[in-house]
Amino acid sequence: MSLLQIDNLTVEFETASGWFRAVDGVSISVDKAEVLAIVGESGSGKSVSMLAVMGLLPWTAKITADRMLFEGKDIQALSGAERRKLIGKDIAMIFQEPIASLNPCFTVGFQIEEVLRIHLGLGKKERQARAIELFKQVGLPNPEERMHAFPHQMSGGQCQRVMIAIAIACSPKLLIADEPTTALDVTIQKQILDLIMDLQARTGMGLIMITHDMGVVAETADRVVVQYKGRKMEEADVLSLFENPKSNYTKALLAALPENATGDRLTTVSAFFDGNPEPAPSAGASA
Amino acid sequence: MSDIKTTDTMLEVRDIKRDYELPGGFMKPKKTLHAVKGVSFSLERGKTLAIVGESGCGKSTLARMITFIDEPTSGELIIDGKKMDTRPGHLTSEMRQKVQIIFQNPYGSLNPRQKIGDVLGEPLAINTDLSAAERRNRATEMLIKVGLGPEHYNRYPHMFSGGQRQRIAIARALMMNPKLLVLDEPVSALDLSVQAQVLNLLADLQDEFNLTYVFISHDLSVVRYIADEVMVMYFGEAVEYGTRDEVFSNPKHEYTQTLFKATPKADVESIRARIAAKKAASAA
Repeated sequence: MSLLQIDNLTVEFETASGWFRAVDGVSISVDKAEVLAIVGESGSGKSVSMLAVMGLLPWTAKITADRMLFEGKDIQALSGAERRKLIGKDIAMIFQEPIASLNPCFTVGFQIEEVLRIHLGLGKKERQARAIELFKQVGLPNPEERMHAFPHQMSGGQCQRVMIAIAIACSPKLLIADEPTTALDVTIQKQILDLIMDLQARTGMGLIMITHDMGVVAETADRVVVQYKGRKMEEADVLSLFENPKSNYTKALLAALPENATGDRLTTVSAFFDGNPEPAPSAGASA
Repeated sequence: MSDIKTTDTMLEVRDIKRDYELPGGFMKPKKTLHAVKGVSFSLERGKTLAIVGESGCGKSTLARMITFIDEPTSGELIIDGKKMDTRPGHLTSEMRQKVQIIFQNPYGSLNPRQKIGDVLGEPLAINTDLSAAERRNRATEMLIKVGLGPEHYNRYPHMFSGGQRQRIAIARALMMNPKLLVLDEPVSALDLSVQAQVLNLLADLQDEFNLTYVFISHDLSVVRYIADEVMVMYFGEAVEYGTRDEVFSNPKHEYTQTLFKATPKADVESIRARIAAKKAASAA
């Protein structure tokens, strides 16, 4: 049984010009201890489909799926309270902007203890001890002092470490990392990816890595889903995806990597793929 | 110091420094932050210099000094054979026209209340005495040159995608026929497919106008593709400087090596190696 299984997920938003389909019939499954990467450009629906799983989309979004199972339980049928027990505990998420996703008004110690208090019901002393232990685990220097720091007193990489500590605080079974390193420098990106992969290997949790960076995919994934404009273009294990891509879109993406440049111009996606890859701006096209 | 450039040196920077004074407070002395600690390089006309480094290493400060946004604390800046007098009030509009900058975030660098035509016409309105009709013609020509159309003239920035906005920013920078373009992370906010299009556009424009680029980036794969020369900055100093092939094949400084190691590799061999290592680890 897969850890997370989604069949035929569709997410729609109402806009002035009718319903906009952000995710169009996507099916995804992740096994225990598996690393699945979802790749796509902005607007491909990769984040939205995971937000739908987390229940973090606004109520205006219309979410339909044939099945949405986590450990065999139907997530869609859960009540709000039941779902809140699951989210943050068994399914945790790391977001793209580490500084923006922490609350600037509270110390990071308070924010990690909040998770431990609500989901695990630990007492004050235990919470503190566990929080310091978690900070040590994610490699924050001086964890005892860091407990009293506010997000603005730390760098982006350190904030991302705090986010990871909060996400793994309750030993989740599934971790969703939504572009965890896009806002970070290359050297810090390496450290954060190493940390996530190390935690994944040690705890055996399932990991969904959402990214647009083929390099990150190559360094982390077991299996890859390529998405474009809300639709799944290809699904393959990481080696065959890079070695022998099937879909035209994947081929185009790989050819557009600067390291694969032949001659003195890059191959653009449109040269390969006529699915209209740089769509005309919605407002501009109709003007 | 008088061996000033052969004719095709476009930009020469000598021991340029920039300090920022951090204000003190009660019981807290003033501090000086050395953002750029003496950087020198020279760049030939029509070539591309890439400046690489992590955030806070001073690469954007250097870009601001080259484009006269910030005044250097000390050092010389020689552009197109002329020593630039960067003191406030001593810059002529002719000097400013030669150097233009393109910023990282095309969502932040265009005025949301200005139509594209006005964005492109404004530099002409300020610096030249062309008539409105003439300005309009020039702006339309430039739009076509960067791969947009005349129909985009009356639109607002929010009507464009990120890649199109970056094209507009490029068009705006080119309106005054500059000789030197400073590109501060021009493609890091863009998707991979759009990134390729913008990089191709930059290469086309460089060929057409014989432009000189100072290209700031932290993405080594882009740098390897676009640069002729590479400078690596670390804490305000240039720790490595040479041609692209020198730097990429034989990085000397420890930081450059760390940088190369940290860059994700997307080739099949590295994926194979990683999967093999993972299998070995799980078997053990």
